[in-house]
Amino acid sequence: MMAMCLAIPAKVMKVQDGKAQVDFGEGVLREVDVTLVNVKVGDYILVHAGYAIQVLSREEAEETLRLWSEILEAENQLKTK
Amino acid sequence: MFEHLKFRDPVLAKRIVEKIREVAPKSDVVKICHVCGTHEWTITHFGLRSLLPSNVEVIAGPGCPVCVTPASEIDEAVQLAQKGVAVTCFGDVLRVPSSEKSLLDAKAEGADIRVVYSVSDAVKMAEKEPAKEFAFFAIGFETTAPSTAIEVLKKPPKNLSFLVSHRLIPPAMELLLGIGDLHIDGFIAPGHVSTVIGLKAYEIFPKAYRMPTVVAGFEPLDVLFAVYMILKQLKEGVARLENEYVRAVNWEGNIKAQEVMQQAFEVVDGEWRGLGRLPSSAFKLKTQYVNFDACEKFGVHVKHGRDLLPGCQCHLVMIGKIKPTECPLFMKACTPQKPKGACMVSIEGTCRIWAKEAK
Ligand code: SF4
Repeated sequence: MMAMCLAIPAKVMKVQDGKAQVDFGEGVLREVDVTLVNVKVGDYILVHAGYAIQVLSREEAEETLRLWSEILEAENQLKTK
Repeated sequence: MFEHLKFRDPVLAKRIVEKIREVAPKSDVVKICHVCGTHEWTITHFGLRSLLPSNVEVIAGPGCPVCVTPASEIDEAVQLAQKGVAVTCFGDVLRVPSSEKSLLDAKAEGADIRVVYSVSDAVKMAEKEPAKEFAFFAIGFETTAPSTAIEVLKKPPKNLSFLVSHRLIPPAMELLLGIGDLHIDGFIAPGHVSTVIGLKAYEIFPKAYRMPTVVAGFEPLDVLFAVYMILKQLKEGVARLENEYVRAVNWEGNIKAQEVMQQAFEVVDGEWRGLGRLPSSAFKLKTQYVNFDACEKFGVHVKHGRDLLPGCQCHLVMIGKIKPTECPLFMKACTPQKPKGACMVSIEGTCRIWAKEAK
């Protein structure tokens, strides 16, 4: 059952007329509405109740992880000084 | 998928917990409030509360869309169904108690009530059976409202109308700040609502209320980092709006989604289950779309409903005033199999999450 405030990431495999065929990681293609986002094949999108609400940024995802490590590193270094 | 790449890394988690312990005050109680059922799920499922210092509390605000839908609007859906309209709704709302009967009770009595995954399913059903009247029960926050708006603007089939029960998150957060004895010290803002409304929607919390506010994602590390960022602000004596969920949320949000909502809906005061009427907290179809308003079309209007069954404390659970375990009915007269209140029905309700996920 779908959680109402949850959106699930999916990979865009095909785009046509405001609809896209996407893969939620199960290897099965499902149709979602992409009227609200600009997407191209290969993008990751957040899907909520059959509608894409945002494009996910891989760079930002990696950047977050890098930042986290950095915060932890930097402050650990400060401590050991 | 990269969402999960390292966002559950146990080594990082251990280190962030150490940092949290470093910045947390030694004895003063800190209360951090989130407003999202999915955050509550992450926190409870992964046992995050047990990792925090005992004086750092994370409480759950009204972040479950099914739970906040007032009985009066469920009564309206039931009445529509009793008038012969096929009511389409999300599965989670079926068993929610209302003044007399739930949608599931009405269905058992023969009313035509159909579960859909998406508003587009309702459109397809109405197109397939043009001789039958359909209504879509549109509940949900800003994450869901754009999909309803798109279908309203697309000129839905004549035999489809909408019972619009969408609610808005920022006014609910303001309500919490007005509750004198709740003493919230910081907000974790809901990631997916924020993909739509953007960071800008929360600007008022640090500005007008001096409330540290961090938009966070839904992996355990996202939540722990948000807690850390709030504690750090508190230690520095500042109140900022920060974004932990940069991979999905930006300042502006989804402009297209905001535009379709503005075109289809006007903002009105709205009733929240057990919490009363909150100013500018709900959507209603604009007058030019009144033909698609199910309640107008079929003359169904319920002013007041019975939001709480006797003994149910959902109104206190929903604002984080009490924990589910403090409700005398929790796991006694009220269980996921036999729920007494909306918070035990919905998979995003705090009582249900505690019943199912607490270790
Ligand atoms: S445990 Fe049941 S009765 Fe108690 S507040 Fe939660 S939903 Fe209501």
